[in-house]
Order: sequence, then structure tokens, then C-alpha cells
Amino acid sequence: MPNMNTTKMKMPEQAPDIRNKNFEEVALGYTEQMAIEEAQRCLNCKHKPCVSGCPVNVRIPEFIAEVAKGEFLKAYEVITTTNALPAVCGRVCPQESQCEAKCVRGVKGEPVAIGRLERFVADWYMEHHGNIMPQKPASNGKKVAIIGSGPSGLACAGDLAKLGYDVTIFEAFHTAGGVLVYGIPEFRLPKAIVQKEIDKLSAMGVNVMTNMVIGKVLSIDELLEDMDFHAIFIGSGAGLPSFMGIEGEALVGVYSANEYLTRINLMKSYIEQYDTPIKKSKAVAVVGGGNVAMDAARCAKRLGAEHVYIVYRRSEVEMPARLEEIHHAKEEGIAFHFLRNPVKILNDGTGKVCGIECQVMELGEPDASGRRRPIAVEGSNYVLDVDTVVMSIGTSPNPLIRSTTEGLETNKKGCLIVNEDTNETTRQGIYAGGDAVTGAATVILAMGAGKKAAKSIDEYLKNA
Amino acid sequence: MFKIVSKKELNEAVTMLEIEAPFVAKKAKAGQFIIFRVDEYSERVPLTIADYDREKGTVTVIFQKVGLSTKLLGAKKEGESITDFVGPLGVATDYENFKKVAVIGGGVGCAIAYPQAKALHKMGVEVDVIVGFRNKDIVILEDEMKAVSTNYYLTTDDGSYGEKGFVTDKLKSLIEAGNNYDAVIAIGPIPMMKFVSIATKPYDIKTIVSLNPIMIDGTGMCGGCRVTVGGKIKFACVDGPDFDGHKVDFDELMNRNSIYKEREAEEAQTHICRLTGEKR
Repeated sequence: MPNMNTTKMKMPEQAPDIRNKNFEEVALGYTEQMAIEEAQRCLNCKHKPCVSGCPVNVRIPEFIAEVAKGEFLKAYEVITTTNALPAVCGRVCPQESQCEAKCVRGVKGEPVAIGRLERFVADWYMEHHGNIMPQKPASNGKKVAIIGSGPSGLACAGDLAKLGYDVTIFEAFHTAGGVLVYGIPEFRLPKAIVQKEIDKLSAMGVNVMTNMVIGKVLSIDELLEDMDFHAIFIGSGAGLPSFMGIEGEALVGVYSANEYLTRINLMKSYIEQYDTPIKKSKAVAVVGGGNVAMDAARCAKRLGAEHVYIVYRRSEVEMPARLEEIHHAKEEGIAFHFLRNPVKILNDGTGKVCGIECQVMELGEPDASGRRRPIAVEGSNYVLDVDTVVMSIGTSPNPLIRSTTEGLETNKKGCLIVNEDTNETTRQGIYAGGDAVTGAATVILAMGAGKKAAKSIDEYLKNA
Repeated sequence: MFKIVSKKELNEAVTMLEIEAPFVAKKAKAGQFIIFRVDEYSERVPLTIADYDREKGTVTVIFQKVGLSTKLLGAKKEGESITDFVGPLGVATDYENFKKVAVIGGGVGCAIAYPQAKALHKMGVEVDVIVGFRNKDIVILEDEMKAVSTNYYLTTDDGSYGEKGFVTDKLKSLIEAGNNYDAVIAIGPIPMMKFVSIATKPYDIKTIVSLNPIMIDGTGMCGGCRVTVGGKIKFACVDGPDFDGHKVDFDELMNRNSIYKEREAEEAQTHICRLTGEKR
């Protein structure tokens, strides 16, 4: 008999007042018993609506059935037939708008905790079999270059390596992982997990070259002509930060979320031993409502800020951030100012931030994105006293590769144009996926695109 | 890992390192920079490329030991390695169709002015080099600069070597004496670049400055290095580091560069050296 509890099995967590002072993982994960009990909530539906909600179509009821039986290794094998990074996806996917949104159990009560179960299986595997490295497949003699080591590049590299391709990943930073290492904080995604995934790729023969800024040190054409790569996958993401263009954005104390998070996550400026500095703030305003904004706000709190505000121009229901992160942020003492839009950052007279002037917004008619458009309320301006402002209003693709590669077409937002069926760009043999194509989106969509491109590259090179 | 092939102390505070980095050496051009990281705990710090040898696969950087990271780098010996060295970054200097150019170097800025003068000299451009130092003891690259300049002028603030005065004084007198420069390239401390730009403005001489804001990634993904040029936000790491000196908001740049002053001062007092275990 299935477990007919209407609520998900709770996941153990660090207490809010303790965790908002450290960078250790907030959610501690299920025990074996908890996982089995939660897995028994799955009805094993014949039509499997959950699978269609997953961008890489993980065989969800099948793996959950194995968990319910206590066959965790089998569950892992089912998941990894379609998802190479379950420990990552189980933690960072917005399940409420993907797999779990389609779960039948969600009609009356809470959906099955698919993400938590996926995470459990991946963590269990890592604990019990994590030291077993994959074998290096026999080489088929063809070389593929992957630009960028974020989720799309890692997924593409993994699938191609399995097929025997000689894969080289070119990464601009000194550490591979993309947003998984510089963006998402340790308290949401431990970096050891990311490193383990990269180690597995290395064991399969994938060569990771860091400190390689493609477009500067080597062009795409040089990779093809001089270095004899047979195909290329561009997974360079959307790392170019946007600013609002309001007065005071150049003051000392104004960061882009990318800079703030890079200093914290990649450069580890919150650990004494590391040299990269970060501003010590008393009060911080984070502008924006996505996952990046939540991450920045929760980091600011952990760095000791007494007051941390999220300033978001729409209302709570329009926030694009993961529900769980919004919930965690609230528990940790982040104050949410909904329907507020910054108009000016104030100067204390010495070039430093001393406040942010906001205006109250109200929601009008839906705009092109389908979300109700915020409209300013006249005469509603007020000032929040802050010494730091983090701008987290979105990013777009970096122009470095498109501006140095002829024939690579982009749309007006600077995103690479690809054939939707194959992920091939406007140049033969050059494929792209992830945020470089879609603009800022999710880890799992990027991985899905990387996998699709790997399949197309394989077909292209097999026939070449 | 990137190996230090040779090391030379140019004066008490300024060090020259030649580093093995074949990919960077192959593509480097005057005006571009690299980002280095000494070890796994270090920060990422930008340095302009002072020279390169494409055949040997080496890149030369010259830097002043002013803070933690430059001291760590300066403590490295010949044959030792650093963990990261990425580049070439930024846009190379655009020399258009210059026939006569004044290249101005202030202090350690001479290290960055040198490749500019060298590149122009090689192109057959008439190059007047004006360099300025606080005093005789810190003069660097005198022979190297002379070798690539048509005329070489050296000033010291205290008159202990060359002419007494500032580079701006010398520049003004050369312009007034009838030297028609197509461009002035000024590289050095921010106030120096600011005053050179002010000096050339009335004569409407194109003035190129090389800006040195705080950077992290150096590839355009964070905007930490943003500067206001002609009223617009630019990222120095991808749009620069060269900009039109007449359009740069130098005061804003100086303010932005002060953000970690307190932390740096604190560090100088209390930081424990990873190399020796001593306080630095």
C-alpha cells in the first residue's frame, strides 16, 4: 500500500539562527528510512506526468520504486541513464515548476518530494560508491572542444566522452564548474560535489584546461583549424551582468551579484585564510527576485550584516526564485520589500553608499512575459538606510565569443541562434546550449541542452 | 602551473618576472593585460603585459610590491611557479595612423608605457618618451626606454636626477615648443593620468590612458572594474583598459579603487605570511 500522507517527508535542516552564521549546507538530506517512506508516497502512475515535467526526462517512477524497495544502487543507475548530475539537480532544480508541478499527489496535498529523493540517491551513491571512478572508454579518434565548464558543458562533455570522443573543456576561470562554483553558494550546493563530478569526467579522459579565455587566447576558428577539433560546443553561459543605469551605481558599496557571489563562492572571501576581500556591511539591499538575489542576500547575512533587504519590483507570487530558497531566506531573517523599485543610490558625501531611494509600485496589466507589469506610485518614494547594494536584475551572454567568430548569429539579446532540433548554431559543426542560447535560465535546462547537443555532435561526426 | 623563467629587481619596490605562458605569449599585444593568482588562497590580480617573447613562449610583467598579492608574487624565486596566469585580456591599444606620439610613464607605469613605446617605435612612429619618478633611486627601464624612443625626457619630483618637476610640466613645454603630437599615451598613477588629460585638452590632442580599476575575473562577468567614460558605464577589462583620457571620470575611479583600503591596511598589520609564518 502506498503511503497516503498528504505532506512530504520533512527534510532535516540546520536551524535558521545557526545556519545564517555559517556557510555549511542548510538542508541535510534524508536518511535511508525517510527516503523509503517518502518513496512510498509515489503512486507509480502509468502515464507518468512527472517525467514530462523534467527537462532531461529522468525515469522518475522507476527510480522511486527502487528507492521504496531499498535498492538505492539500482535507483542511481536508473537516474543516471538520463541525468549526469543528480546530486546537483536534486539540490538546485526548481522542482515546484518542473517534475513536482506535474505530480498527481500534488492535486490533494503536497507532491512527492522527487528532488529530495534524487538528491538522496545521488548522495547515497557518493557515500558508498563515490570512489569508484568510471572507466575511460575506447577512443574513436575524434576531437571535440567544449567552451565553458558550467552545467551544459559538463553534461555535453560527459555524454561525448562515454561515446569515445576525445573531449577538451576550455574554462576561463581557474576552477571548473561555472555557476556551480562561482554562483551557487556552498550552503546550497557543496563544492565538493561539483569537484567529484569533474573528477569523474577526468577519469573518463576529459581534459579540462582552465585559464583559457576563448575569444582571447584562442578563437573558435583556431580551435577548428589549428588544433584539429572536429566539432565545438559553446556553453559559455550568460555571465554579463546588467545594471539599472540609476544615479549612484558607481559608488563604493555597489556590487553586481556576479561580483559579490564570485568573491564569496569562488574566491572564498568569507574564509580568513583566503586573500580576496569583501566589504563588511551593516545593512544590505539586494535588488531583484531570482535565485541569484536570494543567494546574494543569504550570503550577506552570513557575512554578518544586521539588516538584509530584498527589493523586488513585483509581488511575491511573481518571484522567479525557487520556493524553498525564498522560504529559507525568510527563516534566516531576510526582509522582503515587494513592489518596490530603486530610483537612486545615495552618496554619504565621501563616495560611499549610505542609502537606496525606492518607490512603491503597483501591478498593472500583464506584459509580454505574461507577468503583470509594475507601475510606479507617484510621490511614494522612501529611503532604506544601507551601506551596500547588490544588483541582481539579470545577466546576458558575454559578447566575447560571438564578436570574435564570424558567421555566428545571435538574436537581439545577444543569445546564440541554434536549430532547436539539433542545437547547431548558424555555423556547421559548432553547437551551443544553456544560457548562451536561452539567456539566464536553470541548471537542468542547460544540462538538457548539453545532452541534446552531444547527441547531435555524435550524429554529425559519425556521418562526417 | 606557470613557471618563473627569470627574475630581476628593478629597484627596491619594483620587480620584473618573465613567466612561461606559451598561449598568452602567442597572442599578447601592447595594451593588454593578464590576471595572476599566486596560490590556491590568493586573489586574482591584473597586471599589464610589459613584454613577450612568442618564440620562447614567455610573458614579462613588471610590478610594484604594494600589497599582499604583489608581495607574494615578488617573493617567488626563479624556477618556482604560480598557479594561475590568464590572458591576454582587454583590447590592444589602437595606434590608428600616428606619426608622432608622446608616451608618458609615471613611476612603475613606465613598465606599461614601455611596450607601447616599443610597439610604436617598431612601426616607425616618432616617439617622445617622458618619464617621471619621485627621485633618482626609483628610476626604472632607462636604457630600455631610450632604445625605443626618438627623444627621452626624464623628470624627478625632487630634481635628484634628470629635470626637476612633473611629467605634465615637460609635456606642456614640449607642446608649447611646437611639437605636434598626434596622440599622447599616459600611463601611471590616476592623478598623473588625470592631469595629463587636463593638460592636453586645450590643445585637443588625442589622449589615451590605461586605467587600473579593481578586477576579479577580467573577462566581463562581474563589472567590478566599471568606469564612467563619456557618461557611460564601461567595463575596463573588456572595453579597455585603454580609454580616451578626456572622457574618463578619474575622481570616480579613484574613489572606487579605495573600497578595500581599510582591509588592506589591516592585513598589512596582522596578516600571517604563508611563506614564512611571520607577520607581514
